[in-house]
Amino acid sequence: MLDIHNLAVRFHTPTGLLQAVGGVSLNLKRGETLGLVGESGCGKTVTALAILRLLPCTAELSGEIRFADENLLRLSEERLRQVRGNRIAMVFQEPMTALNPVLTIGDQVAESLKLHRGLSTRQAWREAARALTPVGLPEPNRHLSQYPHQLSGGLRQRVLIAMALACAPDILIADEPTTALDVTIQSQILALLTKLKKDLGLAVLLITHNLGIVAQSADRVAVMYAGLIMETGSTIDLFQNPCHPYTQGLLASVPKLDFDQPPGGTLAGIPGQVPNLYQPPRGCFFRERCSHETPRCQEPPPWVEVEPNHRVLCWLCKNDQEFRNKSSRFK
Amino acid sequence: MTEILLATYNLCRYFRVAGPWRKGPVLKAVDGVNLTIRAGETLGLVGESGCGKSTLGLLLLALLAPSKGEVRFAGENLHRLPANRLKELRRRMQIIFQDPYSSLNPRMTVRRLLEEPYVIHRLGDKNERRAWVTEILAEVGLGPEHLDRYPHEFSGGQRQRLGIARALALKPELIVADEPVSALDVSIQAQILNLLIQLQNRYQLTYLFISHDLSVVSRLSNRIAVMYLGRIVELGPRAVFAQSGLHPYTTALLSAVPLPDPTRPFQPPHLQGDPPSPIHLPSGCPFHPRCPEARHLQCREEVPQLRGTTTDHWVACHLR
Repeated sequence: MLDIHNLAVRFHTPTGLLQAVGGVSLNLKRGETLGLVGESGCGKTVTALAILRLLPCTAELSGEIRFADENLLRLSEERLRQVRGNRIAMVFQEPMTALNPVLTIGDQVAESLKLHRGLSTRQAWREAARALTPVGLPEPNRHLSQYPHQLSGGLRQRVLIAMALACAPDILIADEPTTALDVTIQSQILALLTKLKKDLGLAVLLITHNLGIVAQSADRVAVMYAGLIMETGSTIDLFQNPCHPYTQGLLASVPKLDFDQPPGGTLAGIPGQVPNLYQPPRGCFFRERCSHETPRCQEPPPWVEVEPNHRVLCWLCKNDQEFRNKSSRFK
Repeated sequence: MTEILLATYNLCRYFRVAGPWRKGPVLKAVDGVNLTIRAGETLGLVGESGCGKSTLGLLLLALLAPSKGEVRFAGENLHRLPANRLKELRRRMQIIFQDPYSSLNPRMTVRRLLEEPYVIHRLGDKNERRAWVTEILAEVGLGPEHLDRYPHEFSGGQRQRLGIARALALKPELIVADEPVSALDVSIQAQILNLLIQLQNRYQLTYLFISHDLSVVSRLSNRIAVMYLGRIVELGPRAVFAQSGLHPYTTALLSAVPLPDPTRPFQPPHLQGDPPSPIHLPSGCPFHPRCPEARHLQCREEVPQLRGTTTDHWVACHLR
């Protein structure tokens, strides 16, 4: 459905050239959820915004984003507007700020319907009421004439999802859709996204920093670090057999919900900090924080396929593989 | 671990919300909390946003005056003390704030930030203070080269280390940690949690650990209190939370946590709607409109009180 090939995003800033995304390749299939995980500043959101070309003009994009036989990066503004919000829609992180406070919910949901489907205001409002029902808003007609401040965070997030789905898009990009919400509301929204994906055959790109959310609602996962994908595979493979030292560290950093163990005890964690992307380190970007560093890591790491469809960007896995190949030859 | 360091009795804090022309309705942020914190333990306080966790934390440190009830720290009623005695007690209790970006004065260098507690409490002379500041900085994993920098030059995790250093400066007994890791990334979060555990072991600190994240709380706490709309609905030692027979709200909170394990099925709770507004509290049990088990008339009419079920385990529910 969506095929991102070697996408790179550079920002021209007063301090210099910042490589926010350095060659990301992803693909998204119909009816599946791809989880994009990583810590803040790793380029998750920039990748999402690049897909819809919503980045400021200081950004320099390269690579290819193929959708419906077209390269989104080469599309004219006019053609792009027909894709944005219509065939690829986005749900933003902050339900408090993503809605316009001076317009009613109805105006905002109806807007994309008027724009993309050419409906009259009255028709668009009727459609908008219909769009609010599947996302679980109890009284759609009353909510339509309300303003965002009259709704709770959970309801606002539902309105944003309804807005995104109003034009029946093929792809939904959800950028941290539950980060601002409480756990009980978060679980409602995640269940809703899973249900809508099934019912409408959507492809979902779910961006989050929460490994629990990915484990529970994504079919495939891509782990991002310092602007690069480090590891990608099916959710089960990646969580049961994490191969990249960063993925392993990330999984070990998450405190487990466990009341049987005595309290205290140290979490594994990852030492150090994310590298400065103005002067990225030579070779592997994770090298300085990695406990398995080898001299070979000074060179850019290769992609290694450890299992079918489970790929890792790491010298360590390459070394392992070479070793295994050699030893099998001796046998 | 039997000595009680801090205890609250029917602690309440009400805020009057401003209305357009006259005084508006009353918001019960903290409503009748009875809680004890034992020396050397970590008491975890969990609840969703707006349930009054932070207000309770501020009340315990006398940074906010209660509307009713009292807080006793080492046997003394904090809100009845003369100012000079309260200041003495303040040396023994400190707070770590959630947001390491806004809780450090951007115009002060690290040296001045960390010296300030000693200046306020008139401890040591110039040279002693300098030595102490370097020492405390090393304690949280930062070097003397950081002394003359400003907060904006640090990353989020390092700033939280500074916040911890400042809380630690006076060698307190009690530290209220109000969501100390929720603004941090997981890998940094783990570093800070490790630091907090290390410091507790070294200085026999007592923590009130406030968080909305049950996994983090389960990592650190000896006992856990669950708060909902200004009340404690459940309080017990950690082992209790692995068993059944918990308050329905606690059960819902536990099952709402998405676990980082795709093989375990995710069964989110069937909670209806959002938490009600703390201004218009529902009658009876504040949780009954969302509770999957509330069928009894009693739930709608009578506010459940915290009752002991087994030793040390307290639940506020008519059905338990």
